[in-house]
Amino acid sequence: MTTDLGYGMTLVALALAVYGGAAAAVGARTGRPALVESAQHAALGVFVLITACFALLTYAFLAFDFSVRYVATNTNLGTPFYYRITGVWGALEGSIILWSWMLGLYTLIVILRHRDSARELYPWALATMLGILAFFLLVMTVAAPPFQRQEPVPADGRGLNPLLEDTGMITHPVALYLGFTGFTVPFAFALAALITGRVGDTWLVLTRRWAIVAWYFLSLGLLIGGWWSYHVLGWGGYWAWDPVENAAFMPWLTGTAFLHSVMIQERRRMLKLWNISLVILTFSLTLFGTFLTRSGVIASVHAFTQGSIGVFFLSFLALVVLTALGLVAWRWEALRSQGELDSVVSRESAFLLNNVLLIAAAFTVFFGTVFPLLSEAVRGVKVSVGAPFFNQVNVPLFLSLVFLMGVGPLIAWRRASWENLKRNFVWPVALGIAAAAAAFTLGVRSVLAAVTFATTVFVGATIAVDFVRATRARMRTGETLLPAMGGLLRRHNRRYGGFVVHLGILIIVLGVTGSHAWSVQTETTLKRGETAQLAGYRFRFDGLTAVEESNHFKVVGAFTVSNSRVLDVLRPAKKFYPQEQSPIAYVDYRLGLKEDIYLVLGDFARDGTQATVKLQVNRLVSWIWIGGVVLTLGAVLAILPERRRPA
Amino acid sequence: MKRLWRWLIPLAALPVLALLAYGFRVNPRDIPSPLVGRAAPSFTLQTLDGAPLSLEAHRGKVVVVNFWASWCYPACYEEAPILERNWRAYRDRDVVVLGVDIQDTREAAEKFIRDFGLTFPNARDLKGTVSVDYGVYGVPETFFLDRQGRIRVKHVSAVTDEVFRATVDRLLSEPRTP
Repeated sequence: MTTDLGYGMTLVALALAVYGGAAAAVGARTGRPALVESAQHAALGVFVLITACFALLTYAFLAFDFSVRYVATNTNLGTPFYYRITGVWGALEGSIILWSWMLGLYTLIVILRHRDSARELYPWALATMLGILAFFLLVMTVAAPPFQRQEPVPADGRGLNPLLEDTGMITHPVALYLGFTGFTVPFAFALAALITGRVGDTWLVLTRRWAIVAWYFLSLGLLIGGWWSYHVLGWGGYWAWDPVENAAFMPWLTGTAFLHSVMIQERRRMLKLWNISLVILTFSLTLFGTFLTRSGVIASVHAFTQGSIGVFFLSFLALVVLTALGLVAWRWEALRSQGELDSVVSRESAFLLNNVLLIAAAFTVFFGTVFPLLSEAVRGVKVSVGAPFFNQVNVPLFLSLVFLMGVGPLIAWRRASWENLKRNFVWPVALGIAAAAAAFTLGVRSVLAAVTFATTVFVGATIAVDFVRATRARMRTGETLLPAMGGLLRRHNRRYGGFVVHLGILIIVLGVTGSHAWSVQTETTLKRGETAQLAGYRFRFDGLTAVEESNHFKVVGAFTVSNSRVLDVLRPAKKFYPQEQSPIAYVDYRLGLKEDIYLVLGDFARDGTQATVKLQVNRLVSWIWIGGVVLTLGAVLAILPERRRPA
Repeated sequence: MKRLWRWLIPLAALPVLALLAYGFRVNPRDIPSPLVGRAAPSFTLQTLDGAPLSLEAHRGKVVVVNFWASWCYPACYEEAPILERNWRAYRDRDVVVLGVDIQDTREAAEKFIRDFGLTFPNARDLKGTVSVDYGVYGVPETFFLDRQGRIRVKHVSAVTDEVFRATVDRLLSEPRTP
């Protein structure tokens, strides 16, 4: 019953999306607004139907309807209420529904916002979005149907992947998919620009804010993913260069490049071809990411299961890439630049270099991710490149990018004069050098850490110099300090939003550097009452307790943590799920601004007399999450509508 | 000339797409078992109907040993009808399917057998010794034994019709004596 209803709704939605896409395209081509309007109604219908599918599946989860195969696979009678809801998108089929739903939502917003503002581009953009939606609905009907009947109905389901029983799993996929699907909008308008031949600035201006929104959600998704990895997986890190992480990181890199190169086109009419290509690349990489995580082509710790879906995604990826690049080739003449680079010392070249570095990083990550495939295809041996490869190549790239983050926003357009350079950079450079010296005297012996620290201070100082100068300028017109600052943020919200995002990134960079340079860990076996020491902390093992939970059994260790006084009792555990081969570690931690205390329970004696425990003191990790909050504030500021009153 | 070269842009994407397509041909999780090629560990268990079940009794036949559990959803649910179908198709040709249920309760196992109408012999590995001998890591895993009693193929995850037929046909076509 549930399955028939759900499947039926998916089919109707697919038909509507196909019709809507075709109607919008024909309407655009023949200039018949009635057809475009009909496509809009179809888009609304698609959205309503996908929402209904989503609601139906959620209901099946809450009602333990094991006649739905997907429900039986991803929940069981012991799954707590809360995780029965997140279980809806906990695996492949449901994640495609969530994806389609968001795409449907974005399509509606595009209709509402742009229906009247971009007459030539809009119908083609609508056709593109509905076409992409149709593909996802096709996946939902053929390759990964969430509404598949289970016969015979099992008495109990398999249960959700225990690692997904975490609050991060509500927000992480949602944010990540909002980011992934968000890049569909700039792509759709870019394609519309290529089809109509209006490859000027219109599509860029229309989609600039969309690109920021998508970029922001992607950043948020990555950060929440890092947080999940840190506090759930129990290996003490937040980023492992796993293929799944790389899959989300690559579009982030190219998307970041796009956000910057857009400014050059707006200002100097350069890089039309480059911008179009970046959008195509970013959107293709979101599809590639989906392909990678769902096809099973590359082994990863947290990939979805495999199936025919890989073939679907690869075919669609090929269609998208070949169509888009074919259109680029067709519009080649129109895409040629008008502007010329005047000087190497200019904002244009700083931005260009930023783009080159970002693309190089994206290429490195891509190469490292598909390397196992490449080596097997060429040499017949499966070889993976690990974190050392990614770090070695990317760290210098990222450091240079951070440095450019300080240079780009302040250096003059066209040709920077010696005056301009002196005015903007003398103080920041001096502060950066002072910071390196200070770090050295404080005992920092890692060259990398010192250089990173100095660069971060340099960039922070450039932002401060700019802000102070601009505030002063406003105060000269009679404003007092706070209104001057507020007015600055509001009137130039895009510029200062960008600065705040940069600050957020700087804070994240500090956190990453600190955690790599100064974290310490040890693994030890303790008898009950014994104490271990690490980094000035004492850890006393107080014993084990066993607890029966609704869907698993767990063994909890108690460890009293103290330095000069008792700080906390931490309770790391091992959880035993009947459906899992090996137990799942449950990390316990005490977060701090300077350092986190982080405990993972290892083997233990059954009678509770002794246990092995991994003790970690992770330095500055909290700043990564704080940086994420700052980044959020900056992104919100940048997205707000610009309020420029005539001066 | 000038017009032609730009069409090379889309073509540049083809090698990357081809590489990704190549990925479908290989399984990144393929881990070889050291038992393949060696004599299958012998065992004697009791079927759920109470009859003795020993591997020795089937020496000279092609034997398919399938490790399963009723809680192993969905893979075991997928392969159960396939095993039953192929057992019926091949049972007259010196092929036998033996099911070994591991880490399970009697009631759940009996319900599973009833639900799928399994007719090939199924036994419970109460002490877990058989699964340890075969190095079973998870369920389902299926071992295909040749007439000499050697493990020839270890299949992890649900058995499909293609895998079953291809493997068993190959083992049947081999000469009876080495």
